[in-house]
Amino acid sequence: MVDRPGLTLLDLAGASQSTVSFVTNYGHRIYSDDLLFQMDRCFGGEGDFYENQSDPEKVEQFLATALDYPAQHFDGALVWDALEFLSPPLLETVVRRLHNMLRPGAYLLALFHSEERAETIPTYSYRIADRKTITLAPKGRRRPAQYFNNRSLEKLFQDFESVKFFLTRDHLREVIVRR
Amino acid sequence: MASVPSRPAETFEAPRSGNAVLGKSAVVKGQILSREDVTIDGEVEGTIEMQEHRLTIGPNGKVRASVKAREVIVLGTLHGNVETGDRLDIRKEAKMVGDIRTARIVIEDGAYFKGNVDIVRAEVPKSASHAASSPRPPAASPAAAATSPAMAAGVGEHKR
Repeated sequence: MVDRPGLTLLDLAGASQSTVSFVTNYGHRIYSDDLLFQMDRCFGGEGDFYENQSDPEKVEQFLATALDYPAQHFDGALVWDALEFLSPPLLETVVRRLHNMLRPGAYLLALFHSEERAETIPTYSYRIADRKTITLAPKGRRRPAQYFNNRSLEKLFQDFESVKFFLTRDHLREVIVRR
Repeated sequence: MASVPSRPAETFEAPRSGNAVLGKSAVVKGQILSREDVTIDGEVEGTIEMQEHRLTIGPNGKVRASVKAREVIVLGTLHGNVETGDRLDIRKEAKMVGDIRTARIVIEDGAYFKGNVDIVRAEVPKSASHAASSPRPPAASPAAAATSPAMAAGVGEHKR
């Protein structure tokens, strides 16, 4: 990021002043959206959140509003923990879309909770404060769609060139994927 | 990014005299060109240009337009691309969808924004550039801390 100004990054945690400032201070562009907000808009309301994710009309609306970007448009994607709240069929579609949106060599950051038996997990608004600090603003708790271990994550990102895992504080598994 | 003092959303002020105001019940379709500041609290669809002036979209304002202004403050809803010479201020409760080209941006917590942010840096005069010849700032600007109340409000810290 430091050596290559002019990158285009996608941040799916929702726009925050600190992340926008951090990224643009390096001379990069940032595209912001709130994927969880879009998921709630399309799959929330009546019925079960995860069952609604198999409704073709709702899925089409979600993909058209939340993930309709040109191919190979981004040099990096900050997906944070949003993938944990997608049911398996839709998750595969979303990961394929992300793969398509990223340029070869681009990186994607995703977070997955590592508590296997947790019925609900905390959600956060993630903001980059500086090069070494990410601040987490709590956004309540949600039921995850499924539990991911290293093997399932490797399978999920199998179309990408490489997948690296880091176990961090707060029972979070940080996954950095290279397109 | 230059430092921008934070202003809470509640500080939406009634426009001063001399400003053009489109009230809650006004609906405009077409082009707005203005040589004075404008406040929109109604509905506008089209294009808005006021290169030297400030556009305020009030809490009830619903604007679907491309906007060029010196400064834009959004408290309501704005769908469209925005270009500002000075700054864009997206306040709490505001909803904005569109691409932004601006010199400075302020996004309050609680605002919804979907779009691209492209910071256009003003040319630095030669005398000033000598004094400010240090490398690109490595961290978020003070404005970031100043305008993110949640960051100061005890949010968890995840150090890597």
